[in-house]
Amino acid sequence: MTDGPQLSILGRRLPKTNAWAHLTGQAKYADDIILPRMLYGRLLRSTEAHARITKLDVSRALAHPGVVAIVTGRDMPEKMGIMPSTQDETALAVDKVRYVGEAVAAVAALDEDTAFEALGLIDVEYEPLDPILSIEEALERDDVKIHEDSRRANVFKEVHLSFGDLEAGFAKAEHTRDDWFFFEGNTHAPIESHSCVANGEANGNVTLWTCTQVPHYLHRELEKVLGIPRSRIRVVATPNGGAFGGKSDPFAHEFAACLLALRTKRPVKFTLDREEVFYAHRGRHPVKMHLRTGVMKDGEITAVHFQSWLDGGAYASYGIATTYYTGALLTVTYRVPAYKFDGVRVYTNKPPCGPKRGHGTTQPRFAFEAQLDKIANDLGLDPLAYRKRILQPAHSRTINDLRITTMGLGECLDRAGERTGFSAKHGKLPDGKGIGIAGSAYISGAGLPIYWNEMPHSGATVKIDRGGGVTVYCGTAEIGQGSDNMLASVTAETLGVLPDDVHVVSGDTSLAPVDLGSYSSRVTFMAGNAVKDAAMKLRDQLATVAAEKLNVPRDRIVCALRQVYDKDDPTTALSFTDVAVLAEARYGTLSAAGWYKPPPGIGGTFKGAGVGPTPAYSYQAAVAEVTVDRATGRLTVDRIVTAHDCGRALNPANVEGQIEGAAYMGYGEAIGEEQVFRGGLHKKPSLLDYKIPTSLDTPVLEAIIVETIDAEGPYGAKEAGEGPLNPVIPAIANAVFDAIGVRFDETPITPEKILDALAKKKVRVGPTGLETGRDPKAALRRLSASTDARERKRDA
Amino acid sequence: MLRLPRFQLHTPATVADAALLLREHRAAEQDAAKTGTPGITVMLVAGGTDLYPNMKRRQFTPATLIALGKAVPRGISNGKGLTIGAGATLTAVATDARVRKGYRALAESALSISTPQLRNMGTLGGNLCLDTRCNWYDQSLFWRMAEGMCMKTDPTVVCRVAPSSPRCLAVASADTVPALLALGASVRVVNAEGERTIALADLYREDGISHLTIGRDDIVTEVLLPAFEGWRSTYLKLRDRGSFDFPILGLAAAVRMENGVVREARVAMTAVASRPMLVLDAASAIIGTRLEDDAIAAAAAAAHKLARPMDNTSGTLAQRKRSVPVYATRALASLRDS
Repeated sequence: MTDGPQLSILGRRLPKTNAWAHLTGQAKYADDIILPRMLYGRLLRSTEAHARITKLDVSRALAHPGVVAIVTGRDMPEKMGIMPSTQDETALAVDKVRYVGEAVAAVAALDEDTAFEALGLIDVEYEPLDPILSIEEALERDDVKIHEDSRRANVFKEVHLSFGDLEAGFAKAEHTRDDWFFFEGNTHAPIESHSCVANGEANGNVTLWTCTQVPHYLHRELEKVLGIPRSRIRVVATPNGGAFGGKSDPFAHEFAACLLALRTKRPVKFTLDREEVFYAHRGRHPVKMHLRTGVMKDGEITAVHFQSWLDGGAYASYGIATTYYTGALLTVTYRVPAYKFDGVRVYTNKPPCGPKRGHGTTQPRFAFEAQLDKIANDLGLDPLAYRKRILQPAHSRTINDLRITTMGLGECLDRAGERTGFSAKHGKLPDGKGIGIAGSAYISGAGLPIYWNEMPHSGATVKIDRGGGVTVYCGTAEIGQGSDNMLASVTAETLGVLPDDVHVVSGDTSLAPVDLGSYSSRVTFMAGNAVKDAAMKLRDQLATVAAEKLNVPRDRIVCALRQVYDKDDPTTALSFTDVAVLAEARYGTLSAAGWYKPPPGIGGTFKGAGVGPTPAYSYQAAVAEVTVDRATGRLTVDRIVTAHDCGRALNPANVEGQIEGAAYMGYGEAIGEEQVFRGGLHKKPSLLDYKIPTSLDTPVLEAIIVETIDAEGPYGAKEAGEGPLNPVIPAIANAVFDAIGVRFDETPITPEKILDALAKKKVRVGPTGLETGRDPKAALRRLSASTDARERKRDA
Repeated sequence: MLRLPRFQLHTPATVADAALLLREHRAAEQDAAKTGTPGITVMLVAGGTDLYPNMKRRQFTPATLIALGKAVPRGISNGKGLTIGAGATLTAVATDARVRKGYRALAESALSISTPQLRNMGTLGGNLCLDTRCNWYDQSLFWRMAEGMCMKTDPTVVCRVAPSSPRCLAVASADTVPALLALGASVRVVNAEGERTIALADLYREDGISHLTIGRDDIVTEVLLPAFEGWRSTYLKLRDRGSFDFPILGLAAAVRMENGVVREARVAMTAVASRPMLVLDAASAIIGTRLEDDAIAAAAAAAHKLARPMDNTSGTLAQRKRSVPVYATRALASLRDS
């Protein structure tokens, strides 16, 4: 480490600099913004899962008193989407709708009630088409196309990658397991529903305040869809009240707000209601998986063949990346000498799936860690010791050409195991009690941006004013993960001030240099490096003038805690403010830009190699302890201990918060959350029916920080926001097996499934393959039966 | 966010005023129905914790609401037994020392309802008159339009749960009701003509739409509990989470023991049919016993036989049905002499 061991700010449990604003209600979320003459917007949403729009007449609604403007899909026909290569969406539906809840038209009115009434006055007629509602139907039905340009049935994307000699690997194996898994879809459920305000300015410019994770990408899409140059559009990411990946696509309400604001020259606000958030979705893909792993008698892996089928919903979203992610990171935890991955993502008539915390890696990690537990069981190995024996080494390359640097999985497994007494308990607890373990890894930022370019992934500007204040400008979005605090802390550490001395301007496309956004756990690593780069340039200037003034060699100058001093004689010192004044007199206005771009060579060069590489992988292990009530099927998770290798904990309290939050979210996915549909309609689009755990349900969560001090991370840091979710789910499934001897090869693990398995003496709950070859129209017939009965009753 | 429809709110100061207002608005409603615009135009509101969300979802849109907050008694008083004003909040019921000591099942059931915030607003009378629930019904106007409505909101449509069902299968979901049934409660009902007292068991019928036997001119004003010396009671609730959720099975049991022998008993359930119910065979199975395992098993079997859950709540039909004897067994076993 060139930064030396002495850190003044980083590594301390300091409160977030924005904590007071959030705790006292002063933080301004998008829905808190109220501007003079503001209009209220509302979206008309499709009541059909799959249909052609045969009539869309807004004239009655426009004539309704209080309605100011209405836009429809025809007003914004330009194709858009987060990934440039798969843009299949329009801001509002044009001619066709593809899921219940898809936005069709947008109303701006003087108040919310009027906007709501106006929706009922829009005359819209649909010609229903057969909806495609399952992976199997999507694969088989060539006669129905959700998107006309799908080549094979309703397949969105198909990828095949192969590394090493798979056949030889399986031939050599002394034991081979074939298992099918299903991971149910679920959604982010942020407590803040999506909200934005757009202001149409007199000069034709538009400003959009919105709770987005990706202000820069949204900026690009607004330019494309609105047809006005980016220089006339300003996007400001407001503090997100939770996002988890659900606010990282461009959304209908954002385009509609901008267009309505431009047309009316007034501010327009949209705030989605809770049900609409379930339709906006972009959450965890339901994935069917087949996993074949060959091992030697000692458990050493000889080959892995992984196949995934993703239910993508109606549009692409990040789907191409999600598909690759299901296969990309299986190789970075344990030694895999031969690996084949086949992934297929299909379109269905459901709200689009996208990235949710752990993006695409959560489902295969569940499958892999559950299967490793079975292998350990088959071979009579302790699941913890077994995993430790087959670890992918630090500073190595995987079979699919991913560069590994620091690697703390072994220590994570040890620490979580020690805390819980895992090996002493596993297999030895009384009936109904169980303990399970799993490992995982995640990226510290995607190695490539979403659109191809050679520019930095993150840029930051730091300026010092004459009073000793510091301002950081960076395009990151504060989504509650603490990115503003990270920027302030890294800047404060580098310049030698306190975080409270640093004013952060983030997420504003007009004021701050581009950062690609708060997704893929990239911000601490990339924006942290960018802001450190900028601050180091200013620190050099400060150190130079201080060394001269104090008559001390420059390499002995230390900047810390608002003092600049001689490290050999700390009494030889100047205040930070005095040094800033000297430096400004010498160099002029004190301002510097810094940036970060991942180094070359972190991944392969084959087609599809763009997904998976990262400058550094985080590692984590979780141990879950559970109790199962055999009479009621009730699964109680008593405790989850997660150990996480975050490189260096820049703020341990914040890192622990991320680890615990991720464990909580993974726990919810494991035991009950599911985004499920009945005949194209979301079954439970409310927080009463979609069961996110309450504080009473949540197990004891313990976080253990493991530090590996990554040479490329800012002051050694790696990610902490997403990875810790992944191991929790298989750890719980493995613990349930330890408790009752039933393998859950699907999520969620609900009381009804446990009861059913116990009643039928099943030893396994999960899919047995793709359910192809069944009559694909059977579901449709079931669906229409009740409609027919209704019609008969009406006729009678 | 979802917005409330417009309505006029009346806040009468006495039960008599409320009853007169209700009669007046009901008469107007009936006149309107005769001239071709049927529908509910007036409703009562107490805590509003269930009514207002339902109105936001447009499950009903009465033009007039009569708020009972000032009119209906909210006190809890001793007499021969216990009299609880219908306006008592669920928090007040759950925390009252007399209720907790003598009528434990009621305290437990009230404490199990929703969240602390909603218990602070929701009332006992409101819980007794809680609308039946169904996951085809408790949805927004948008959702139900996409689905095509159901019998409960559109008489021309079938029941979505079972299209051949002649009646609505929405589920009784009030936690305090089985507790009060097990405790032998009756309720005082007032209308513009006068007042009467009816056994709580007679307040309900097996119909998801007309689930209350009292008229829409009637106001439940008080809950009357008999003296409870020598009784023990408990309430167990099956739900997905430790808070928020409505019951997907609620089971209450009460026994009066003399020297370890059960002399009187009542077992009641909710959320497994459109009405809450007393399980008479369960009571008779344990009277005269010392709550031995086989007696409890017989009572549990009786409860199991009577439960008829449908696939219209959280969880599954099989899970809820299977849970009935387990909950009955656990409830009764907890009432044994320790």
